[in-house]
Amino acid sequence: MTIDINPDLYAQVPDEHGRFGIYGGKFVAETLMSALAELESLYNDLKDDPAFLREFDLDLAHYVGRPSPLYEAARWSDMIGGGRIYLKREDLNHTGAHKVNNTIGQALLAKYMGKKRVIAETGAGQHGVASATVAARLGLECHVFMGEEDVRRQALNVYRMKLLGAEVIPVTSGSKTLKDAMNEALRDWVTNVDNTFYIIGTVAGPHPYPMLVRDFQSVIGREARAQSLTMTGKLPDALVACVGGGSNAIGLFHPFLSDNEVAMYGVEAGGKGVETGEHAAPLSAGIPGVLHGNRTYLMQDENGQIMHTHSVSAGLDYPGVGPEHAWLKDIGRVNYVDATDTEALAAFHRVTRVEGIMPALETAHALAYAEKLAAEMTPDQHIIVNLSGRGDKDILTVAEIDGIDLGTR
Amino acid sequence: MSRLGPLFNTLRAENRRAVVPYLVAGDPDEALTVPLMHSLVEAGADIIEVGVPFSDPMSEGPTIQKGHERALEGGTSLLSTLALVKQFRETNTETPLVLMGYANPLERKGYAAVADACAEAGIDGLITVDLPPEEVAAMNAELQRQNIDNIFLISPTTSDERVATITAQASGFIYYVALKGVTGAGHLDTDAVEAHLATIRQHTNLPVAVGFGIKDADTAATVAGCADAVVVGSALVDLVANDLSSGGSHTSAISGAHSLISSIRNGVNLATSN
Repeated sequence: MTIDINPDLYAQVPDEHGRFGIYGGKFVAETLMSALAELESLYNDLKDDPAFLREFDLDLAHYVGRPSPLYEAARWSDMIGGGRIYLKREDLNHTGAHKVNNTIGQALLAKYMGKKRVIAETGAGQHGVASATVAARLGLECHVFMGEEDVRRQALNVYRMKLLGAEVIPVTSGSKTLKDAMNEALRDWVTNVDNTFYIIGTVAGPHPYPMLVRDFQSVIGREARAQSLTMTGKLPDALVACVGGGSNAIGLFHPFLSDNEVAMYGVEAGGKGVETGEHAAPLSAGIPGVLHGNRTYLMQDENGQIMHTHSVSAGLDYPGVGPEHAWLKDIGRVNYVDATDTEALAAFHRVTRVEGIMPALETAHALAYAEKLAAEMTPDQHIIVNLSGRGDKDILTVAEIDGIDLGTR
Repeated sequence: MSRLGPLFNTLRAENRRAVVPYLVAGDPDEALTVPLMHSLVEAGADIIEVGVPFSDPMSEGPTIQKGHERALEGGTSLLSTLALVKQFRETNTETPLVLMGYANPLERKGYAAVADACAEAGIDGLITVDLPPEEVAAMNAELQRQNIDNIFLISPTTSDERVATITAQASGFIYYVALKGVTGAGHLDTDAVEAHLATIRQHTNLPVAVGFGIKDADTAATVAGCADAVVVGSALVDLVANDLSSGGSHTSAISGAHSLISSIRNGVNLATSN
């Protein structure tokens, strides 16, 4: 792939209206506009403030455990016999996924704003756990909205959140998954806007969320870029990350966007196959529209109704995607591809057995695609895959699919 | 040409307030919608707000959410909503009709096509919950081309400065959201509503409707003391749904809705006759 895009372009988004090209924006009810303006103004003051950045960096170092390692998956790479695969080990973060990078940052913002109550939406539960964790640490009241279907398939994370003192509210409307949890969180925020900070878990939602979540997650790519240069003496040939809302992918990609020689692949959930319609791949098969505060690619029908999605992984089961990804697709900087449930499950088992690393099912989508990509490359080339989370939370799902009864139901 | 301006001129001349019921088009089936609308007018409704069903109605409380879900199960869309409006217009060309909904169904059809279809069906105004002034310019241009009013929401959290920005772009009337929350929530702080309306009126001569939290004749009467129009949504949607789910027919649901709006009409009239 040849990329010829002006490297200065990426620093110019979002614009002052929160737009990435035609995507992004602030499509919310009037009641929330003042809260968004307040957040935007605070963040603009703090994002280059040395004291704020020092506090954030210290928390990442001493509480999260950063930097996370870049690990060469040597045995797996040998088996594939093509390009070398390096894993950016976000699974080793405190709470087991990349999500905590962002919740640390947003909890700091909540603290600066004097908010005593935080709310969050969650799909797989990783963002809910990461939110409950920072809330426990700062003594904040925490309410996590989670689709009833996800409460069932992510029972371990639900219990973790409860242990951390959060209240988990099962959402029974609509498709009972992540999109409905986000609707319910927005409804709560409208009602309690005076005392509540909404910790959005991905690079979607109204401006300034896609920008600030990207900024907090970009630590992943900054570290990976430096680690690649140290370990291999060069930049990677390709980056691979899974994309639901897209926060781990933006976090890895963003610091490399101006490096035109680095190819990028965002892997969406192909579900039972994009051609079956039962998937969660809006960038592969969606149409631009407006949902949850931003304009982006959406899975929708001809009447503009949001469609039900399907993915084996709760964290990717979302009909939209962050607006910056929509823009990166349109300008051709990032390739958006998909991996099916079956491919992801196969990659889950393979990496667990070959590397002793049990990935989250979300992450397994990225691993499945990386395997195909590496096979087409040569040993002097290398790929960095964002190993965005660990798979402990998914063992009940995997056991159920494999027909194994663990006596938990 | 929108019927809203002339209606409010008449009401002001007569010192009357508008009663504005809200229903979801196609809830629970399309056969109920048009007869229900006619009955609301008979009961004293001045304007009807027609909700366009959407899969993700983020500002609605549980009552109206369920209305959207029922309407979608029956297959109601933006286009079939406009077909129902056309049917209503066959025998009523007087009552202003306002569509209330969310941005995505409009985006999907294209703003120009939506404005044309609304004009053809006989729609007078549009309220799009998630198109604040920052995002509305393209839609507004198309609505103005067809002389359809764009009705903005103002909330308890809207700053004075924003009130000025919003009123400068608005036409028809202003919709004041009486509480921080979703439709059908909590109870009203009428003193706070009165204070906010006074602020809004410093910026505009447009009529101000108040909605969210008006449940019965009493709350409607109190709000009518300071507002030009009172919107009744969840109470009506709830009443119709309850009647039908407890074995009622279209006829009994329509008759119940007629009684509710009549009683609200009377409450509002009493409040303004003193």
